[in-house]
Amino acid sequence: MAEQGVNGGRRRFLTATTAVVGGVGVMYAAVPFVASFQPSAKAQSAGAPVTVDISKLEEGQLLKIGADVPQWRGQPIWIVKRSPEMVAELDRPEHLERLRDPQSEKVDQQPDFAKNPTRSRRPEYAVLVGICTHLGCSPLFEPEVKPQSFDADWKGGFFCPCHGSKFDLAGRVYSGVPAPLNLLVPPYRFDDERHITIGLSAAEGAA
Amino acid sequence: MASVNPDNGATSGIVADATNWVTDRTPSLGGFYRKHLSEYWAPKNFNIFYFFGSLAMLVLVNQLVTGIWLTMNYKPSAAEAFASVEYIMRDVEWGWLIRYMHSTGASAFFIVVYLHMFRALLYGSYQKPRELVWVLGVLIYLVLMAIAFLGYVLPYGQMSYWGAQVITSLFGAIPVVGGALVELIRGDYLISDATLNRFFALHVVALPLVLLLLVGLHLAALHEVGSNNPEGVDIKKVKDNNGKPLDGIAFHPYYTVKDIFGAGFFLLLFAFVIFFAPMFGGLFLEYDNYIPANPLVTPAHIKPVWYFTPFYAMLRAIPDKLLGVVVMGAAVMILFVIPWLDRSPVKSYKYRGLLSKLLLAVFVLVFIFLGYAGYQPSTPTMTLLAQIATACYFLFFITMPFWTRMDSVKPVPERVSAHG
Repeated sequence: MAEQGVNGGRRRFLTATTAVVGGVGVMYAAVPFVASFQPSAKAQSAGAPVTVDISKLEEGQLLKIGADVPQWRGQPIWIVKRSPEMVAELDRPEHLERLRDPQSEKVDQQPDFAKNPTRSRRPEYAVLVGICTHLGCSPLFEPEVKPQSFDADWKGGFFCPCHGSKFDLAGRVYSGVPAPLNLLVPPYRFDDERHITIGLSAAEGAA
Repeated sequence: MASVNPDNGATSGIVADATNWVTDRTPSLGGFYRKHLSEYWAPKNFNIFYFFGSLAMLVLVNQLVTGIWLTMNYKPSAAEAFASVEYIMRDVEWGWLIRYMHSTGASAFFIVVYLHMFRALLYGSYQKPRELVWVLGVLIYLVLMAIAFLGYVLPYGQMSYWGAQVITSLFGAIPVVGGALVELIRGDYLISDATLNRFFALHVVALPLVLLLLVGLHLAALHEVGSNNPEGVDIKKVKDNNGKPLDGIAFHPYYTVKDIFGAGFFLLLFAFVIFFAPMFGGLFLEYDNYIPANPLVTPAHIKPVWYFTPFYAMLRAIPDKLLGVVVMGAAVMILFVIPWLDRSPVKSYKYRGLLSKLLLAVFVLVFIFLGYAGYQPSTPTMTLLAQIATACYFLFFITMPFWTRMDSVKPVPERVSAHG
């Protein structure tokens, strides 16, 4: 009885269209479940800018934001005051040869204002996110120019103890180490001679 | 009084009536019992390597039970997680035992599973017609690795935090979508409360459900095609008049009893570790994980728990981030295709030539060395050795179609011989 008068073509058409419409519905229903994985409004608001007093920073010294002042987006921000010798080293041709991306042009790891040899607004101040670009460890600050166990010709910079990645004092990565990219430079601006504000919108930071 | 007629189940009385009422309305359990236990014909020549499947199930039950009990006192928040684990260890009655059973169980799970997988390599258990059994098994192994990683983050110690940092960063190596994907996984711009909370949900609910489903499918697939054996003989070729393989015996009671004996021996070792060496010298529980998570201080030497170190060694050996992640992923993925890489006409190593035996032995040594290398701090020599070992690992599989075909084989007997 069931086989009598069956319109096979119509049955297939109805099955296919029901499946397609149902599939679209499932995809829309999946949106809130996937989207709920994104950072919540609370996490986003925790990314507000942070202002830091840098007047007490000495040459060759590292200020770790997060250790002394509140974190920005929970990321360790490092401010190094470089001496004139350190700045001069950053532009020496022999040094540049040892770097993977000496001109900071391969990947966008800095706001436009930091696309220069010192990767900063002012040559003496380096502002960096202190997270290794390999697998997110926290590199060690090794500012002294002296032979190290990991590099006999060390000119000062950052060394990651996890997998041996090396960065110079502008956060540029050396060739032949696991880290692929230079350290990230966050958006920031000098409010006056004593204060830096970190974490502005990309447009504001680049202005 | 209820009286049961043993002949055909025709019974009278209240209890019997109730029993009949239920059985009339439910699928037959008897059929299930016969198919998987009393009339599942397993080869009569199983050896010690055939304990590990049932032991894996035993450890799974241990993890489920102790895990449920741990959730009763654990708090999945960044502020409270570390302290709640210490609370379980110090203040909850018998909490230390339940937690050590769970943490030791994680390592025991991998020991048992690695031996179970090695058994399959030894006896060619993945060969036709058991390819799907093997593929489902590798899927179980993958899910197990995910569960173990997520669980390791929950105590929120230094190794939890930085392990999570390293592993989630791996997804950042994917071109274009990498950065957004990492943010999606973490639910924040860094490893935080949101990350811990969702890892908890995945560890205790989502992935265990997937694991149970896969274990069910693994067993269903196995019982469809029947078990392999150390000789690699197909016992279904020679059957008696009732269709029972002559070299097969009923899984229950023969192998249930054998497996209970194996479980007893296993529990002896398991209990010894729980009571006398729960940290196992820093291998099962790492010392650095007894320091609360600190996003601003990286431990000097980040290393995963021992069962991940072979793959971690490969990741570190490759001096390029994306390539390193690809190699590490490929090292696991290549396991899926072993049934199609092995072109040998025989299953068991016993009937294969010297070349196959030698290469399998070298492969095992390479894998163990990679595990050791992944546990050591990174040095140039160790990196070079790890690179060589990684190449050997892949060469073993890539060249498998050639050496399995080239190698000499001995004829496989029709029947399982009684005395080897």
